[in-house]
Amino acid sequence: MFKLFQPNKIFQITSKAPKYVLFLFIVVLSVGLTEALVLSPEDYKQSDAVRIMYVHVPAAWISLGIFSSITLLSTSGFIFKNKNFFLIAKSLAPSGFVFNIIALVTGSIWGKPTWGTWWAWDARITSMLILALFYAMYLISWRIYENEEKVFKISAIITILGIINVPIIKFSVDWWNTLHQPASINILSKSSIHSSMLFPLLIMTAAFALFSLLIFLMKYNIELIKIKNKGLDRL
Amino acid sequence: MINELLFMNGHGVYVLSAFSFTLLSFTALYLVIKIQFIKEQSKFVAKFGYLNTDQANSAKSQRINKEILANVTNN
Repeated sequence: MFKLFQPNKIFQITSKAPKYVLFLFIVVLSVGLTEALVLSPEDYKQSDAVRIMYVHVPAAWISLGIFSSITLLSTSGFIFKNKNFFLIAKSLAPSGFVFNIIALVTGSIWGKPTWGTWWAWDARITSMLILALFYAMYLISWRIYENEEKVFKISAIITILGIINVPIIKFSVDWWNTLHQPASINILSKSSIHSSMLFPLLIMTAAFALFSLLIFLMKYNIELIKIKNKGLDRL
Repeated sequence: MINELLFMNGHGVYVLSAFSFTLLSFTALYLVIKIQFIKEQSKFVAKFGYLNTDQANSAKSQRINKEILANVTNN
């Protein structure tokens, strides 16, 4: 099965896919922006400020999803001794980090009209900030260490420590009294959000997922070319 | 209509700045990664140019190297 993860096979797809993914991303984002800014209704309590949700929530979801994937890939890389898992994890990290920053900044902007403050040391906001620090440490570890074995080990340790924070982010609104409301969208039970707001939210999530796929593909190609550059030096 | 869309009951400045920040972050990340990609690709082509015939043939026997070179020509 791991033959499917060989760089030779993956590069055939990753080198051609970005242009199609970029096109699809622009189409889905245009539909999402129209829905989010024009067609979706305003909230009876928050009025138009609720529209910030269409960028804040997908960004938070995707940053959490990417960090979980990075942890899974890093640990799998160790278990199966597959270097390519680490490369995939490394290529996912930049978009995950940027989505985390977007979630923090747009959350802060949303906080001002709804809570009357730009920042509060609330459990969810603080745990999201901690996640951003783990992302930063992960990215820095790849820059600092040149020894491959060392960077694999250290980056994996960072993700394993960081993953403890992910359930804390998810359940912080249930465990503590926070400014955040409990989850409105549940996979297992009925969601409390109306379909007129859920639909744009899902479209924006799809657009953000496509963007992270695009960045992943481009970053992965860079990593493969870097390896091939080293290979040419050895000839 | 446009005024309503921009004003958003007094929340326009918050909503539009959140969306602008998101789109600016997307553009910045895309450009940074694109520039990195072009740099690595150019480095690869430059290194490939210094190889002698035997080394070039040996390098070309690898599928990825061929794909990288083909992509440069297509771009």
